[in-house]
Amino acid sequence: MRRALLLIPLAIFLVVAVFLYRGLFLNPTEQPSALIDKPFPAFSLPSVDGQSTLTEAVFKGKPSLVNVWATWCPTCREEHAMLNKLAEQGVTIHGINYKDDTAAAQRWLAQYGNPYGLDVSDVEGSLGLDLGVYGAPETFLVDRNGIIRHKYVGEINERVWREQLAPLWTQLSEEGGQ
Amino acid sequence: MKRASFIGLAGLLLAGFVHAAIDTYEFADESQRERFGLLTKELRCPKCQNQDIADSNSPIAADLRKQIHEQLQQGKSDADIVDYMVARYGDFVRYKPPLEGRTALLWFGPAALLLGGLLTITVIVVRRRRVDARPQDALLSADEQARLSALMTKDPLDKNAP
Repeated sequence: MRRALLLIPLAIFLVVAVFLYRGLFLNPTEQPSALIDKPFPAFSLPSVDGQSTLTEAVFKGKPSLVNVWATWCPTCREEHAMLNKLAEQGVTIHGINYKDDTAAAQRWLAQYGNPYGLDVSDVEGSLGLDLGVYGAPETFLVDRNGIIRHKYVGEINERVWREQLAPLWTQLSEEGGQ
Repeated sequence: MKRASFIGLAGLLLAGFVHAAIDTYEFADESQRERFGLLTKELRCPKCQNQDIADSNSPIAADLRKQIHEQLQQGKSDADIVDYMVARYGDFVRYKPPLEGRTALLWFGPAALLLGGLLTITVIVVRRRRVDARPQDALLSADEQARLSALMTKDPLDKNAP
């Protein structure tokens, strides 16, 4: 009995060590989105090309990747080629041009290619605020009912797509509608 | 002239220390200004790991300050504003987490550890007292006592001693 008590400090040490070891591999910038499994927030904003007014209803009907981007964001530039590639492969990608200069955004799309089916112009950042955006690029996976299912913060590259997003995308594509 | 430029320079130097982020907001009254101060101190900047939105210079913190200011003007309560932020950025933005099942350890953990420590110390102290209360000769036999006395009286520097 007394012997067993002597092991308590060792046990406490082991528990703390396990937690601290786990902590070494956690990414502190990763935050779960508060909007998972919630409908896409309501909005009514012009498109980047200025041709039409878009609302949250445009994200219903089929699953899509909604990518928050801006010309002032260097990581968006790095990510752009990957988005172009995914769009070529038939992945539906919509854009939200977040707190950006619309003319600069149009030039950027003309220069680097346009992977976006629809591109919402959020100059004031009001939609970004409703989406809980804290740093571009951020990408939301929206299902065919317009429900946000997943959020990825940071650059989408081959590895991120293959390991994290592609399986979810396949799952969303296979799900039936309401 | 010299003095004026000195004062100007001092003012410039001090400006940096007064506050990390400077916006100009007008408030209806003093209590509203106070609430703004408290709310921006209690909410955490989502982009920066450990800064409240009052101190942060990041664009998102500036947006959130503006949002809080607007909502205060609209007469929203503090709870409304915190709920608004939590609905968008999650519990991460709260420096004061809500009391619920998964945060119970966070709220009560330190008190539980303190109680555990006090209990351990109490048990150890009580046991020691009991040991001290026992008669001395019960601890060592007569033989052992004699050996102990021999050892104690031996000169430690005397190398020839047995």
